[in-house]
Amino acid sequence: MAIKKVVETGLWERSYVPEIIRGMALTAGHFFRNMALHTAHVFGLAKDRRGSATYQFPEERRPLAPRLRTLHRLTRREDGSPRCVACMMCETVCPARCIYIVAGEHPNPQIEKYPVRFDIDLGLCVMCGYCVEACPEDAIRMDTGIVEFSSYTREGMIYDLKKLLSLSPTPKRSVPASARPEDLPQLTEPQA
Amino acid sequence: MNYLIAFLIVGFVFSAVMTFMYLLLWMERKQSAVMQDRIGANRATFFGLPTMMGLWHNIADGIKLITKEDFIPPLGNRFLHTISPMIALFFALISFAVIPFGGVYSLWGYTVSFQILHLNVGLLYVFAVMSMGIYGFVLSGWASANNYALLGGMRASGQMISYEITMGATVIGLLMIYGTLDLQQINVAQGELWGGWLPLWGVLLQPLGFILFFTAAMAETKRVPFDIPEGESEIVGYFMEYSGMKFAMFWQSDFIETILAASLVTTLFFGGWQVPFLTADGFHFPWGSVWNLPTLVVMVLQVGAFLGKVFFFCFLLMLIRWTLPRFRWDQLMKLGWTIMLPLSIINILVTGLVLVLLKG
Ligand code: SF4
Ligand code: SF4
Repeated sequence: MAIKKVVETGLWERSYVPEIIRGMALTAGHFFRNMALHTAHVFGLAKDRRGSATYQFPEERRPLAPRLRTLHRLTRREDGSPRCVACMMCETVCPARCIYIVAGEHPNPQIEKYPVRFDIDLGLCVMCGYCVEACPEDAIRMDTGIVEFSSYTREGMIYDLKKLLSLSPTPKRSVPASARPEDLPQLTEPQA
Repeated sequence: MNYLIAFLIVGFVFSAVMTFMYLLLWMERKQSAVMQDRIGANRATFFGLPTMMGLWHNIADGIKLITKEDFIPPLGNRFLHTISPMIALFFALISFAVIPFGGVYSLWGYTVSFQILHLNVGLLYVFAVMSMGIYGFVLSGWASANNYALLGGMRASGQMISYEITMGATVIGLLMIYGTLDLQQINVAQGELWGGWLPLWGVLLQPLGFILFFTAAMAETKRVPFDIPEGESEIVGYFMEYSGMKFAMFWQSDFIETILAASLVTTLFFGGWQVPFLTADGFHFPWGSVWNLPTLVVMVLQVGAFLGKVFFFCFLLMLIRWTLPRFRWDQLMKLGWTIMLPLSIINILVTGLVLVLLKG
């Protein structure tokens, strides 16, 4: 049975004029409030109250939510090498199939493998974050806060290992690259 | 010398109207933005000059529209397609010939009248010219050889003719009170004071007439909420086959009609160039004090008052345009024919009755 929705309109509403004036009072209220705020801002007053709900993008950025998924980065071990063990979990789970990994043998038998190549085609990536969820090593994260990574070419959207690593800070305590495998941090639980 | 003054006045009126149009374009962007908690267009600059709160965007628009391809549909009528935006713009502009932007002043022995054409049938002239403007819209729809454009033109003519009747009927009340069609004389009559303190503006004598006239004038401008002929957002209108500057001419004529509506409302109902208590030689306040002013200052004040009032009504029309949704076609016709027309006739009857009772 079709639901019949009856909107009760009395003579007051149907005479248009009072209701139109009510609507205009609302929009005019917004206009004058915002105008007053803009004028106050010109004189340096009331800076803490915004005159508009929009952000003037390149100059003024919206605060990002802490959980927002932004550009990927590969995290590093303490010696600066990638934390990734080339387990292919992310490549497997990626719904867009935009991760391409070539594994190589790591000198440390406890680590076994490391990525020789690690490419993400951000032109295909759907920013779903599954790679981050799948990674057992906390080696890939999407917390750089970078949201503008557009490019004029398709190739420019492909981020390789070096680029992804460079988005992670180099560790403060420098360990010589020739450190003995025993000196490398032991693989325990991935840190949160 | 008299010709020079006449030329100057024509130049003044023309540039005032065109500047208003330019400003309205900017206002449309900025006012709607501020009303909707946005900022509005503010990026265009001119060789690194300050952005001037988006004023350069109008120039950017102009450059874009002039350099755009001027497309004429191959099956359309070339001549009519080219001439119809000109008709629309022309008739929108020449209606300002009889609008008094100010009174008649004598400065240094010369008579300066801020009305290009002093016609004793000024009001009729405005209505006649406004209805001629419909040809521009109907022809543009027809010459485009496009059924949607043709339907748009038909809607435009239907709407404008329906509301012109109401518009004509509402001013009859005023004509009965002031007894003239001469806009300058109507303005002069509105300078009179009732009981020595209340200026007898048309809106006080004809409040219902004002509401009806304002609504009908809004419908004549073909802007939201009466934008069915154009339907810029989804239903297509008569100028769908137009591009570049020809399109811009239609859209200029819309803005100019908005200004015309505002100036008509000002002239007929809000005292035109009258400033309360200001007469030819200065302010005469109701409590008896007199402040004498030179004629030049009075002229500037009165012309400024007219422009200010027109600006206010443009603002109001913009506010309505950005507040209300569009009427449906049947609602539009119902409003025009079954509500506004009877009300305007009742207005005439009541006005006549009151006049007869008062004057005996
Ligand atoms: S965010 Fe999703 S689509 Fe993008 S690389 Fe990770 S798994 Fe693939
Ligand atoms: S980033 Fe993580 S999931 Fe992907 S291959 Fe490296 S360790 Fe495995």
